[in-house]
Formats: sequence, C-alpha cells, structure tokens
Amino acid sequence: MLHILFRRLCLGAVPALGLGLAAQAQVNPTASSVQEEALLRALQSGEAVGGRVSIPDAGASALITPDNKLWAAMQGGTLHTLSIVAVVGMLALLVLFYMMRGRIRIEAGPSGRRILRFNTIERFAHWMLAVSFIVLALTGLNLIIGKTVILPLIGESAFGTLSAWGKIAHNYLAWPFMVALVLVFLLWVIHNIPSRIDWQWIKQGGGLLKKGVHPPARKFNAGQKLVFWAVILGGAAMSWTGIMLLFPAEAATAADWQFYQIIHALVAAGMSALILGHIYIGSVGMEGAFDAMGTGEVDENWAKEHHSLWVDEVKQSTARNDAVSGAKTTPAE
Amino acid sequence: MARMRFLCDADRCIECNACVTACKNEHEVPWGINRRRVVTINDGLPGERSVSMACMHCTDAPCAAVCPVACFYTTDDGVVLHNKDTCIGCGYCSYACPFGAPQYPQMANFGTRGKMDKCTYCSGGPEPDLSAVEYQKYGANRLAEGKLPLCAEMCSTKALLAGDGDIIADIYRERVVTRGYGSGAWGWRTAYGDTVTV
Repeated sequence: MLHILFRRLCLGAVPALGLGLAAQAQVNPTASSVQEEALLRALQSGEAVGGRVSIPDAGASALITPDNKLWAAMQGGTLHTLSIVAVVGMLALLVLFYMMRGRIRIEAGPSGRRILRFNTIERFAHWMLAVSFIVLALTGLNLIIGKTVILPLIGESAFGTLSAWGKIAHNYLAWPFMVALVLVFLLWVIHNIPSRIDWQWIKQGGGLLKKGVHPPARKFNAGQKLVFWAVILGGAAMSWTGIMLLFPAEAATAADWQFYQIIHALVAAGMSALILGHIYIGSVGMEGAFDAMGTGEVDENWAKEHHSLWVDEVKQSTARNDAVSGAKTTPAE
Repeated sequence: MARMRFLCDADRCIECNACVTACKNEHEVPWGINRRRVVTINDGLPGERSVSMACMHCTDAPCAAVCPVACFYTTDDGVVLHNKDTCIGCGYCSYACPFGAPQYPQMANFGTRGKMDKCTYCSGGPEPDLSAVEYQKYGANRLAEGKLPLCAEMCSTKALLAGDGDIIADIYRERVVTRGYGSGAWGWRTAYGDTVTV
C-alpha cells in the first residue's frame, strides 16, 4: 500500500519538476483553436468571419467583413472619379460642340405658323420627370462628389446642413420621379419604337454636325428615341436599385446593398451626362427646340427641318379632321 | 506620437462582456447602441474563441473614404473620430466598415438613420476636451485625462489590450512565445494591413 503511494508520488513529481521542459511536450489545449488567418483565407467574397453574439442584433454577429473595404474603395475612389469625369467631360464636350457648330438655327427662318407638338399632359409628364430628375441628380452628385466640389467652398457645417436637406429631397423626390417615368413611358412608347428610317438618321449623324443636312423623322428621331430608351431603362434601374437603397432591410445582405449602390451610382453618372446633352440641345443648342416643351407649339419650319414626316402626318390628320367636320356641317346648310 | 490600437487576445477572452458593459456605462450610450461587442466563433465546439470587437481605428479608414460629408478625421494618436454635427446619417460608413462599428440611434422612414455613433477610443470628439457638450455627444474623453480606453483597462483577463500599437504587439508576442500558441491579432490585417508576427 505504502509503496504504491510512493510510486504515485514519484511519478507525479517527475513532470512537476521538469515543468519548464515538459510544457512543449504536453498536448496543446488550443491546438484546435480557430485561427484568424485560416478563417480569413477560407472566406468567400462578401462573407464575414462571424459567430454568436449575445446582443439581440443578428447583424452584430459578423466580426470581420474584409470585402467591405472593396466597396469603400469603389465608392470613395472609382465611382467618385467616374462621376466627376462623366459630368465635367460632358460639359467640356458640349462647350466644344458649341464652339464648333454654334447654335443650330432654323435654316429657313421662323415661319410664324405654329404646330402643337406636345399637349398639356405630355408637357406635365416631361416637366415632372425633369424637375424631379434634376433635383435627384444634383443631390445625388452632391453625395458622391460634393465633398470635393462644394465642401471647400462653403465649409463643413453649411455643407452638412445642405447635404442633410439634400438627402431628404433625394428620398422623397424619388417617388414623383417614378410616377413621371411610368407616365412618360405610357405616353411616348408608341412613338419610340425603332424603325428603318432611324438608320438613315444615324448615318447622317442626325444632321447635327453639318448645316443643311436634315434626315427625315417622325415625331421622334433616332437620337430622341435613344434618349427615351436610355431614360426609361436607366430610370427603371435607378428606381429599382433606389428602392433597395431606401429599404436596406429588403436588400437582403450588406453585399447586395453594396451591389445596388454601385449600379445606382454608375447609371446615375451615365444619365447625368446624357441629360446634360439633352438639356443643351433642347435650350441653347438649337433654335426653336425649347418651344416644344415650353408652350408646346413649335414653328412649322423648325418642325419641317427636324421632323418632316411628323409634319406630314399632322397636316394629313388635320386635313382629315377638317374634312370630317366639314362633312358633318354640310347637311345643316 | 503613439499610434493607438486595440488588440484582443482571443485565447484569453472569457466572453464575460464586461468590456461591453463598461463602455455602455462610461459613455452612457443609448439603448440599442453597442460601441463594443463580443463575438464567439465556433460557439460550443472544440477550439471556440471569443473576440471583443469595436471600431479598430483603421489606417486609411474606409468609413472616411465613403462619407459623403467628410465628417471623419484621424487624431494625432491615430484614433478615427467623427463630427456628429456634420453627419447626415446616410449609413454609408456602416457598409464600408469591416468591423460593424458604426451604430445608429434610430431608424425612421426610408431607412433614415440618426447621427452615427461609434467607439471613440475613449477620446471624445471635435468639441473642446472634457466639455459637457463633448460628453453628451461622444461620451467620456479618457485620453484627455491621460487614461486608456476603459474596456481594455478593466478587462479581467487582460485579453483586450489598448495602447500604442508597438507596445501591445510586443505584449501579445511575448504571450504567444511563452504559452506556445495564439489565434492571431484579430482584425489587424483588415484594419492596419499588418499583423503581429511571432
């Protein structure tokens, strides 16, 4: 009995005495412990190293999401630069175009006769879309390039206030924009179906580059059709991604939200550039063009030069209407 | 100047959440705001580890890169702070942050958030040091009092280390060498682009 106890003491004493040496030889209690490096290496794109968290917020269980930095670099770098290039580049192109081509005049001169081009509903839809778009574009651009362009001019405090109002405007004006987008689509889709004469227009550069060139066009020429479809498709993309950004919980994951944000910013940059061109040609760029959306009535010579086939259609239908009303009035005589 | 960092030694963290509680108490943060949290990885499995995580005060902070109003700034100590007066609550920083640090006091219509709140490394904000308004907006400013962040200071197992990056890296390195293992300086690669090599 005693010798067994003695042996146990001795056996126990041996490792106790050689503690410093034996520590390495012992089974490492943490050999199976999770390693940060291994977890990071195993991550799929957009995934987070995560676990369990005791606070009632599932999102807090993501410990490290390295790919968030990729989105940050995209938003803070690439998209920021692209937005500036799109807007400044387009403005530069327009200035260049103006210097080379000047204002496109009505070559035959104003006739003084007016034709109704856009009725009240069409103009209402256009301006609702236009006003909401301009505010959305300016406030949206402010979010991405305002800190480079406006912040140095007005200071941090004023810029913060301006941006806070801008954010509210952006959130709320998105809805009239979407309504107007649907309205514009319904009103004009019938006139914007591509046809063979559009080729001719494109081949002649729309007559934009040279004087005296006036390719035939119906209510909308190929360039306008291009703007129409870019606005409809771009606007739809903006609306869908915008709704996802407005309701972050609906965007499923943070990675989805980031994806929607990138699409939103890219399409926005493209549309801003496009609409700058549209605004130019509808105002200073072309004599008589603004009337179409201003009073709704255009000069007949302007219409003949830019929408020859449409003028014929209008004249025929007025003639027919006159004939019909004339026929009706005959029996009364 | 010191370059302040956090380092959580996951092999020591016992998930007591005292750092979380201390932070909440020290800064009197509102309900629903967690400037610091403890995440347990492989919970209940062999080799599970807990990591206490807050804002890591990154080098080239991604939150600052995406902030539309440029409200972030880095102090001489390498601490990333922000100006709540400028913040518009857009939420971009929360999508840019790899550590889930930015917090928002409320969600209103269209995902609108209140002013962002996050760990200040116990060093307040742009208001005058130790002023009442600074405390109200950002919480205590222990750094201005010559103290380190409370979460790390009261950590019972000294798992959470705060202080100059070089010094806490040395402490961690010594521990790893002495005990023979270490699961890594969690978040360092992502936040600072380097890690503690042993």
